[in-house]
Amino acid sequence: MGRAKRKPGPLARRPDNSAFKQQRLPAWSPMLTANTVLPFFYFMALICMLLGVWLLLTVQGTQEIKLDYTEAGTCDKCFEKRKNVSSAAESCICKVVFLVEKPFKGDVFFYYGLQNFHQNLRRYMDSRDDGQLVGRKSNLKEPSSYCEPFAKDQNGLPIAPCGAVANSFFNDSFTLTYYGSSGDPVKVPLLRTGITWYTDKNVKYRNPQIDNLTLAQVFEGTAKPLYWKKPVYELDPLDPTNNGFINDDLIVWMREAAFPNFKKLYGVLYHDKLFTDGLPAGNYSIDISYNFPVQYFQGRKEVVLTTLTWFGGQNYFLPIAYLVTSSLILLIAVILTVAWWKFGKKGKNMEE
Amino acid sequence: MPVCSLCLERERHVKANDPDYNEKFFYADNRIKTSKYNIFTFLPMNLFEQFQRVANAYFLVLLILQLIPEISSLSPFTTIVPLVLVLVITAIKDATDDYFRYKSDQQVNNRQSQVLIRGCLQNEKWMNIHVGDIIRLENNQFVAADILLLSSSEPYGLCYIETAELDGETNLKVRQALSITSDLGDVSKLMDFDGKVICEPPNNKLDRFTGTLYWRGNRYPLDNEKMLLRGCVLRNTEWCFGLVIFAGLQTKLMQNCGRTKFKRTNIDKLMNTLVLWIFAFLICMGAILGIGNTIWESLIDTNFQVYLPWNTIQNNVVFSGFLTFWSYVIILNTVVPISLYVSVEILRLGHSYFINWDLKMYHSRTDTAAVARTTTLNEELGQVEFIFSDKTGTLTQNIMVFSKCSINGHIYGDVYDEFSQKMEITDKTACVDFSFNPLSDTRFKFYDSSLVEAVKLEDPAVQEFFRLLALCHTVMPEEKSEGHLVYQAQSPDEGALVTAARNFGFVFRARTPETITLCEMGEAVTYQLLAILDFNNVRKRMSVIVRNPEGQVKLYCKGADTIIFERLDPSNEDLMSTTSEHLSEFAGEGLRTLALAYKDLDEDYFKVWNKKLLFASTVIENREDQLDVVYEEIEQGLKLLGATAVEDKLQEGVPQTIACLGLADIKIWVLTGDKLETAMNIGYSCNMLRDDMNEVFVISGHTLVEVQQELRTAKEHILGLSRVSAAGDVEKTDAFSDDSVFEETIIAEYALVINGHSLAHALEPQLEHILLDLACLCKSVICCRVTPMQKAQVVELVKRHKRAITLAIGDGANDVSMIKTAHIGVGISGQEGMQAVLASDYSFAQFRYLQRLLLVHGRWSYFRMCNFLCYFFYKNFAFTLVHFWYGFFCGFSAQTVYDQWFITLYNIVYTSLPVLAMGLFDQDVSDQYSLRYPSLYKPGQQNLLFNKRQFFLCTLQGLGTSFLVFFIPYGAFSDIVKEDATQFSEQQVFAVTIATSLIIVVNVQIGLDTHYWAAVNHLFIWGSVTLYFAILFTVQSNGIFFIIPKNFPFVGTARNCLSEKSVWLIILLTTVVCVVPSLVVSFLRVDLFPTLTDKERSLRRVRRTSSRRSAYAFSHQQGYGELITSGKNMRMSVVSSACSPEREPHSSSWIENVIKSKNEVSCISDESTELKQSNRLQSTQSEPDL
Repeated sequence: MGRAKRKPGPLARRPDNSAFKQQRLPAWSPMLTANTVLPFFYFMALICMLLGVWLLLTVQGTQEIKLDYTEAGTCDKCFEKRKNVSSAAESCICKVVFLVEKPFKGDVFFYYGLQNFHQNLRRYMDSRDDGQLVGRKSNLKEPSSYCEPFAKDQNGLPIAPCGAVANSFFNDSFTLTYYGSSGDPVKVPLLRTGITWYTDKNVKYRNPQIDNLTLAQVFEGTAKPLYWKKPVYELDPLDPTNNGFINDDLIVWMREAAFPNFKKLYGVLYHDKLFTDGLPAGNYSIDISYNFPVQYFQGRKEVVLTTLTWFGGQNYFLPIAYLVTSSLILLIAVILTVAWWKFGKKGKNMEE
Repeated sequence: MPVCSLCLERERHVKANDPDYNEKFFYADNRIKTSKYNIFTFLPMNLFEQFQRVANAYFLVLLILQLIPEISSLSPFTTIVPLVLVLVITAIKDATDDYFRYKSDQQVNNRQSQVLIRGCLQNEKWMNIHVGDIIRLENNQFVAADILLLSSSEPYGLCYIETAELDGETNLKVRQALSITSDLGDVSKLMDFDGKVICEPPNNKLDRFTGTLYWRGNRYPLDNEKMLLRGCVLRNTEWCFGLVIFAGLQTKLMQNCGRTKFKRTNIDKLMNTLVLWIFAFLICMGAILGIGNTIWESLIDTNFQVYLPWNTIQNNVVFSGFLTFWSYVIILNTVVPISLYVSVEILRLGHSYFINWDLKMYHSRTDTAAVARTTTLNEELGQVEFIFSDKTGTLTQNIMVFSKCSINGHIYGDVYDEFSQKMEITDKTACVDFSFNPLSDTRFKFYDSSLVEAVKLEDPAVQEFFRLLALCHTVMPEEKSEGHLVYQAQSPDEGALVTAARNFGFVFRARTPETITLCEMGEAVTYQLLAILDFNNVRKRMSVIVRNPEGQVKLYCKGADTIIFERLDPSNEDLMSTTSEHLSEFAGEGLRTLALAYKDLDEDYFKVWNKKLLFASTVIENREDQLDVVYEEIEQGLKLLGATAVEDKLQEGVPQTIACLGLADIKIWVLTGDKLETAMNIGYSCNMLRDDMNEVFVISGHTLVEVQQELRTAKEHILGLSRVSAAGDVEKTDAFSDDSVFEETIIAEYALVINGHSLAHALEPQLEHILLDLACLCKSVICCRVTPMQKAQVVELVKRHKRAITLAIGDGANDVSMIKTAHIGVGISGQEGMQAVLASDYSFAQFRYLQRLLLVHGRWSYFRMCNFLCYFFYKNFAFTLVHFWYGFFCGFSAQTVYDQWFITLYNIVYTSLPVLAMGLFDQDVSDQYSLRYPSLYKPGQQNLLFNKRQFFLCTLQGLGTSFLVFFIPYGAFSDIVKEDATQFSEQQVFAVTIATSLIIVVNVQIGLDTHYWAAVNHLFIWGSVTLYFAILFTVQSNGIFFIIPKNFPFVGTARNCLSEKSVWLIILLTTVVCVVPSLVVSFLRVDLFPTLTDKERSLRRVRRTSSRRSAYAFSHQQGYGELITSGKNMRMSVVSSACSPEREPHSSSWIENVIKSKNEVSCISDESTELKQSNRLQSTQSEPDL
């Protein structure tokens, strides 16, 4: 406005005749007409239909076996044992047997699953220290207050990794055995590393600066979490590079699930000898080192063996949702077409 | 305490040259301070003010809640960032405003002025002037304070001022010092001046001042004519001296800058209600989730303590639930959008700028652009149902032309042809040649030469008639060079009359306070001016008493005819009746009339009377009443001279505008101070009254009973006898409920004209209902002879009972009350001064711009604001309620779904700009179309676009979207993995997926809601989506994670998540499912049940392809044939030519046709013939369907 005043001449207060000020900006004014909307609906219906069919076909190519082992097989005694406080600390190994009727082709993935376990409670989710997990020395010695009451042990030593999430680390372990046609047990080889996101393994989780020390020396002065049997630097006895905060199992556990029923990756089938094409049909057993108590919260534990598609496991939700959406849109489109044909054309006129 | 002395001040005592005396009273000094803050007080005061707003206080409370770790479910910065942003924006705006006020204060305070200090004149800054100082002003200087004029360079202590800053009037006004002080011309005499003034306390009445000067034992009355008010400019006066009476904030100017009443729009009020509702809703949701938490804790969470031990608080599950309630209040607080108020302010400001910038509301002749003086009312312009218009200066140009007169029973001014038929006056008609008079004004046009002949023949009545016109007025002459006279008149009527007298040989040349010099037929004659009995609204007349060179004392009086006729000598009976006829004739032609009379006074009688006058004029209390009594006494037994008729020209485009606004269902009531006949005539000429109306009711009863009877009869007439008798008894109670029924059934057109004195009765409580009923049944309402107070009462009446938005438009001081009372006040920046404009909310130069203001700007503003609000609530509900659903899955633990950065930025960054762009630039139909189809305005009046129902619908849509946006990913996530089999169904991925879906859904939705995709909309919508992804990847990048791992825990999620096809499938599905329902609804609405707007929009498309019709059809209009055969238009043209010669018969019948056809028709002013053309095309196109 100030500029306008400085204009000389008799029409000093004359507003600018610009498209912006006169609200005449060139613009596109789309209109919802039958000519655009109805074809759009048919088109969307078609797209959703195609996607749905495609997804459905893809899903049907997958195979999956779910095995609830909470009380299955010989695990019922372990389950009882864990119930009992006095025997809670004792180790317990049990076995579950199952049959694979059709061979699993291609990559096969081994998941463990938990039900009714709330990793998504606010206080639970917050109970961790990302600074510690990325290897900050200061956080290692002085964990964040969010970790309470799992920040320090009774001796006042800082816990590494601190917090409720790490403390409740899932510590069952599994050995999958195949009984071929001969009946000889063959251990199914599982790759236990490479099951995390690249960013987690390399960015979000790091061990504290090692320099020339061993991992155990780095973690000196810290305590292991309350429920753990081994300290964090001894999680994987086989692979020394898979210890500390960058242990794959730990990273998988620390990525908190959004819902109380979840499954987490345990291992990937290693294509070796018998298993080059996947899992052959036949009898299998899983030996379970049964440590993780779930009876307190009426939880269930399971293992899942599955092959995958590009969008996940045996997930029927998406294909069905697409198909339902598609048919609904088609239905709407047809109704709208009929309605438009019958009444719509009249509405265009100016009278009334 | 100065403050205390202020509130107690009953009388002001000021002693000249005695600072010690004056200091005792602690009068305000001359420093003004309109700025509110200084550097140190700005922060605390501004913050304090800002937190007085409910919304800001609400967010402050939330912030405090978030600082409590037990319940803080979100980190405080999710509230701090938006709140600080909002506060900073507001603070910056306040600070700049205040800085400019400070600058202007400084500039004013530092102006220099000469003050008499200890015997010599010194330059002082204005702020150092005190009450009681004597200051010297020079030509063209601003007056520094309210001062009493003591002496001036001009003879008789006269001085001239311009009061443009006070009331906008640019004509010169004269002020005169008391003759006793007018010789205090030099410093030494002024030093000895020790007069004492006792006067009224500071007030805001610009036109009144009462006080008394005590000096040397005498008392001298003081009135407004001796005061120079702050803000005036001294003109044509070399210097003057004055005594400061009021200074600084106590000056009348500053007292008038009082805070204007803050007007709130309907939408504002609705918005506040809705925010309260939302708040209640928020509490409900919080309570549900809190109770859920209590139940969950006691049933399930007890079992989970192994992994997550309870802290001490949780041992009491009810208390835990209570804390959860607060946690959820924090999480869900975004349903009350923090940026709502700021955004609404921005929108309104933008809309105001569009009004200011509108070239089509710019009047180039006066170089006046439209101004939105308040920025808070724009959308209400789209809901106006009643317009109350002043007539003079609003509908008419307020340019007065002396066109006819009646002198001694003879009419002058008509032109006759050779057959003694009255001729129409056109541009070609020969003007009277005034070359015999060297002093004549060449712009003055008169067509009847017989009057000049009469003057030349020295007809005594004619001479006396013009002598009166030359003497009895308050015009100031200015003779710039010999013979080149310029008159500065208070009112245009007066200017026209004096100019007429000038051209007919009675030239008013000069005046002094005591004399008036005329040049009568070429020879100079000086009259001694004995008294001016000034005009006011009650007296409706003014008189002068002069002594002519022969020594006779004469009183000349001019005034309203009824007033003059009451005071005539009985001997004038015959002349009175003839003149009365002439007056009716004049009034019938829409002319403004004045009656002129004179009286010879006896010298002795005058002396006696003059003493009474002198006495009355020194009284302090009720001075005006007493003066009126004295005036009344002498203005009796007058002798009638004749009457004048002055033409009041209609403004351009007024009839078209009124017709057009009528088609938009806006009722226009004209409230005018004019007499019945004039008002009715203007009504006819601007199409408010038409000859084809069924009935024009004229209410002019003098008593309550008469008025009641007249109103009843009129109403019965309209409704038919039966209905009134049935409803008559109960009408007081249920009259209003029946209104809608009544109004629908009335097909015939009626008009109501009501007189001022009847209106006074009709506005009484027992009659106001029936008046309102009747008025609303009529197409047009004209109230004439109304006082400013009554104008406001009428507006108030409608405002109170009709729940409709009212707009008052006027240009003069008498419209101020009405303008302030109405919801929206519009001032015409015309010729009658600035008071109306100063009190108004919008101002522009021409009445016809009202059409554009309402139908284009108002309509757009309303439309934009409503769409904006709907979308705003929608997007916030869609965003926030996701947390509600998640509550059922996360054990009511107040875990958020989204990343906290997303929560922080959603409202202020990701979704704010597209909706602002829509709110600022969206157009459903173009301005031309909204002018062409005034019916498009109706949805606003019916409040259709945003009301509680709409709000409910859009929140429901938000609720639905939040449901789908949550549950579709939920379904998919139950069993989803990343393509490389690494884990995927986890909270952070879920958060990013939902957030991305939400952003896409709300942006698609606003894309669907946007009707007008300008480049800005594209930029903002695509920009927002891009910005979302940019920020998403930044916040989740490695670099920023290493800086503060704790605050950016989502590192890498976006990369891993958005690289998955499955996630995009989920997003696609969510978007489709969320958008399809609203698309279906819009499609059904637009194509199957289209509103007028939709039809217009679709029509515009059709138009482009097929617009060829025969030329014959183009120029033809419906109803024309009927007009010709019925002869109506013949009669019309006769009538119209008789009524006002200027009016084009063609254009008027065109308008009538338009109205008659009751079709959607244009009323675009003639400027754009192209539009008119296409409009005709329009009406013909639709014809076959009728």
